[in-house]
Amino acid sequence: MSLDPAAIRRIARLARIRVDDAQVQQMQGELNTILGWIDQLNEVDVTGIEPLTGGATMAMRLREDAVTVPDLTEAVLSNAPDRDGPFYTVPKVVE
Amino acid sequence: MFELSLAEARAALRARKLSARELTTAYLGAVEQLNPQLNAYITTTPELALTHADAADASLARGEHGALTGIPLAIKDLFATKGVRTTAASKILAPFIPPYESTVTANLLRDGAVFLGKANLDEFAMGSSNMTSAFGAVTNPWKRAGSNTPLVPGGSSGGSAAAVAARIALGATATDTGGSIRQPAAFCGIAGIKPTYGRCSRWGVVAFASSLDQAGPVARTVEDCAILLGSMAGFDAKDSTSADIAVPDFAAACARGVKGLRIGVPKEYRMDGMAPEIDALWQQGLAWLRDAGATIVDVSLPHTKYGLATYYIVAPAEASSNLARYDGVRYGARSPGRDLIEMYENTRADGFGAEVKRRIMIGTYVLSAGYYDAYYLKAQKVRALILRDFTEAFEKVDALLTPTAPSAAFGQGEKMDDPVTMYLNDIFTVPVNMAGLPGLSVPAGLDAAGLPLGLQIIGRPFDEETVFAVGAAIERAAGFTARPSIRAEG
Amino acid sequence: MAYTLEGETGSWEVVCGLEVHAQVISKSKLFSGASAEYGAEPNSQVSLVDAAFPGMLPVINRECVAQAVRTGLGLNAQINLWSRFDRKNYFYADLPQGYQISQFAHPVVGEGKVEVTLPDGSTKEIGITRLHLEQDAGKSLHDQDPTKSFIDLNRSGVALMEIVSEPDIRSPEEAGAYLTKLRQILRYLGTCDGNMDEGSMRADVNVSVRKAGEAFRTRCEIKNVNSIRFVMQAVEAEAKRQIGIWEAGGEVVQETRLFDPSKNETRSMRSKEDAHDYRYFPDPDLLPLVLTQDFVDGLKTHLPELPDAKTARFVREYGLSAYDARILVMEQATADFYETLAKGRDAKMAANWMMGDFFAALNRTSTTIETSPVSAANLGALIDLIADNTINGRIAKEVFEAMVETGDHPADIVEKKGLRQVTDTGAIDAAVGAVLTANADKVAQYKAGQEKLFGFFVGQVMKAMAGKGNPALVNEALKKKLA
Repeated sequence: MSLDPAAIRRIARLARIRVDDAQVQQMQGELNTILGWIDQLNEVDVTGIEPLTGGATMAMRLREDAVTVPDLTEAVLSNAPDRDGPFYTVPKVVE
Repeated sequence: MFELSLAEARAALRARKLSARELTTAYLGAVEQLNPQLNAYITTTPELALTHADAADASLARGEHGALTGIPLAIKDLFATKGVRTTAASKILAPFIPPYESTVTANLLRDGAVFLGKANLDEFAMGSSNMTSAFGAVTNPWKRAGSNTPLVPGGSSGGSAAAVAARIALGATATDTGGSIRQPAAFCGIAGIKPTYGRCSRWGVVAFASSLDQAGPVARTVEDCAILLGSMAGFDAKDSTSADIAVPDFAAACARGVKGLRIGVPKEYRMDGMAPEIDALWQQGLAWLRDAGATIVDVSLPHTKYGLATYYIVAPAEASSNLARYDGVRYGARSPGRDLIEMYENTRADGFGAEVKRRIMIGTYVLSAGYYDAYYLKAQKVRALILRDFTEAFEKVDALLTPTAPSAAFGQGEKMDDPVTMYLNDIFTVPVNMAGLPGLSVPAGLDAAGLPLGLQIIGRPFDEETVFAVGAAIERAAGFTARPSIRAEG
Repeated sequence: MAYTLEGETGSWEVVCGLEVHAQVISKSKLFSGASAEYGAEPNSQVSLVDAAFPGMLPVINRECVAQAVRTGLGLNAQINLWSRFDRKNYFYADLPQGYQISQFAHPVVGEGKVEVTLPDGSTKEIGITRLHLEQDAGKSLHDQDPTKSFIDLNRSGVALMEIVSEPDIRSPEEAGAYLTKLRQILRYLGTCDGNMDEGSMRADVNVSVRKAGEAFRTRCEIKNVNSIRFVMQAVEAEAKRQIGIWEAGGEVVQETRLFDPSKNETRSMRSKEDAHDYRYFPDPDLLPLVLTQDFVDGLKTHLPELPDAKTARFVREYGLSAYDARILVMEQATADFYETLAKGRDAKMAANWMMGDFFAALNRTSTTIETSPVSAANLGALIDLIADNTINGRIAKEVFEAMVETGDHPADIVEKKGLRQVTDTGAIDAAVGAVLTANADKVAQYKAGQEKLFGFFVGQVMKAMAGKGNPALVNEALKKKLA
């Protein structure tokens, strides 16, 4: 599977990364090299193998339902690049 | 003073032969002197360090101490430190000051450690050379004999490893997703362990690939690593993948010896074109263990060669999602845009470096509609096979011995021609992450150019004790006394 | 008679399935310890996890899981002892992680069914495809500033259940009946308050149309409809729009639409070219959700009696009609009120009082069963006063009105107003005598055969006794005197 420039742009759009023409060209080469190398996995027969999802294989612990977090308004807003009072702000979204 | 190991410094502090302020002041001086050459720290925190040191002296004066009271450490800048800038070596987090302390660093503070500063790394821990840091490359304190070529310290925990090797930290925290503790430890001639997945809490550690990331220490000796891991490890209810398993006395395990242990040699690790000196060191390591009373057993890990390709699906996939939160809305850097989407695209284009973008792109692609089964699902099945290989091997042996990396440290700017060449650095370390196992790198010898080489000990899940026992045995046999050319002395 | 819409080319059948998002009742959020309460100050109920700070990790809330399982049991559904959380990846300003943690491939609840009752009294089964747990997003406010949107993350991470129905719904009425029934079940279970005004329950409506006997045609999804009435209107409006397209020789395009109640029409949402590539994959920060049969059985044991079972029991135990039983069971509080009232009393009489004067009074005074001044105990006491002949039925209505006004106990009202029924035959005979004497002409007419005048005499006697005469004793006395 080889990625063309349109595919690179589509992926960059999905990933919300602006790319210019030169970057598209460079990424196309690099990504196709990586994907070509990854294609060695085609050799592996995985018939009947259950996928291994995570690093840990236990069952999940469930926490008790209790409010343990105090009002952190200032802490969560303290790093905001832009805010208005108790709100984060972003360029206006038109729905 | 700089030649004291962590265990020795700890004993001197407890015996009041040395004060924490003296030790910390000496280390801060060394940082000031050598960091401009090495760039091992992104941020130094001298005032905080002295505050920690004075608190340590106060408790030592009361006759009280924790496991690390007064020990000056470097903290990889991937661990959130409350009130201290935490960047992940990325422009996108350059302004970020966490209002919280990671569980691992909180554990170290609980035990009395002194934080010298935040160590450099590959951006978001993505790299094997420390060349991808937005805060500049780290220089390996070792040089090739007769050459001044600056070498890489390995990565991603390159700053941590370089700082410890150059004696501008007595130990350091690190993280390992595909080899990021073990490979830089090997490149810098120090020890480093990636514990079993779930041993150290991931809470407050900037995530790269959640199912692979594990924190661990780097230090100059195996015992020092054991002491540090004893403090860093432990169950944390805030991390759903944290294992509720007691932390044993790792340091005690270092003295166990290897008599009667069965050590496996995976034949697939003997690769075509492997440097003869690496193969020779490997054979030497096996001989040392045999001499110490272990039995050497040949084992097979048939899917290990697919570990790296599997890793380059799984890790970027998880990373593409984990790094979606860096969008310029709640913290970090923002680049303006006319609308929300443009703001996102500009923020992330400006904020992420080339390698991070590359991995986000790969990860986005392998998860996208129509490709999930061919890439991600397939990789998870191969991952299951890799784990099965190890599980079967550990029915026959107690630990495995392999080289840590296929080469010694290389020059800054080398292996940059295409990404895959760089990725091959992690060929021996990545399968261990895929299976969630503990892996320790021990400095065991030098190559022809006088650069350190490491051997890797791989153990059963949650059997770090055997790993430490084997590692300490190799350390004793190797008698590694070589020193890097850039280091603090006195 | 099946519901159809008439087009130029004949009759069209409507096909509809609903995805209901129901906010789970819990103290804290699905994956964090921040409060899940409604209506707090902006960004005051946001944990570091909810704001997706670097290195923050989710830990699941046991109660949210229990609520989902209870709901599954209430929907007669398969409980999956092994389920898993996936990430649904997309960027939006009020989605801090850049993904929503949801259950895509392996939901905690599988297939189930709900029986709904339609306005004509007939019933129909609607299949449930699945129920899964997921996180809510935060809220974007677009009207606070000319150039900026404001973000409030209080909702971010609150637990939702997404309940997906099969495309079994065939009319707006069925859609309304299904939602009503679903909300009723959730409220009975105490797993969701069903409050659509506060957004704790909202529906995505999938609609398509077809000619009888055809396979399904292309459907459209109408997002986030927030009242049952609007859902019913949206189904019809969207079906008509699609019929128009098909009949004009066009092709319905699968897309996401919004319903505008003021215009009673749906419109296309600004299309997002990549909106549909969510790149689902298992969340590596979480482990599989593994439940034991014991856990499920424990929840099952403590499940409340659900509406269908309660309706059947009311019919069986209290001798009510199915219709009356369904009305009394509509809300848990109403059913509880009724059972308190009916206990040890004439069940039929209790039902008549509740559905008659009591409901009318609630309506008139805009109160609810919880805020009504008339408690079940007091209404019961009133019925007791009738049963033991302390007051008669007519006086009871007067006492009831006083209870609505004052909230007082009926016995006190009866005492205070002197409304006790007169059963003293001496007093009754005296009143009868006086009335017959005053109306000698009418007595003559009665005796001449105009027997319907009997009612007139009764009325006059009661009037003379200020309504308090025991009707049976008055009748008896009159008959005797007129004989």
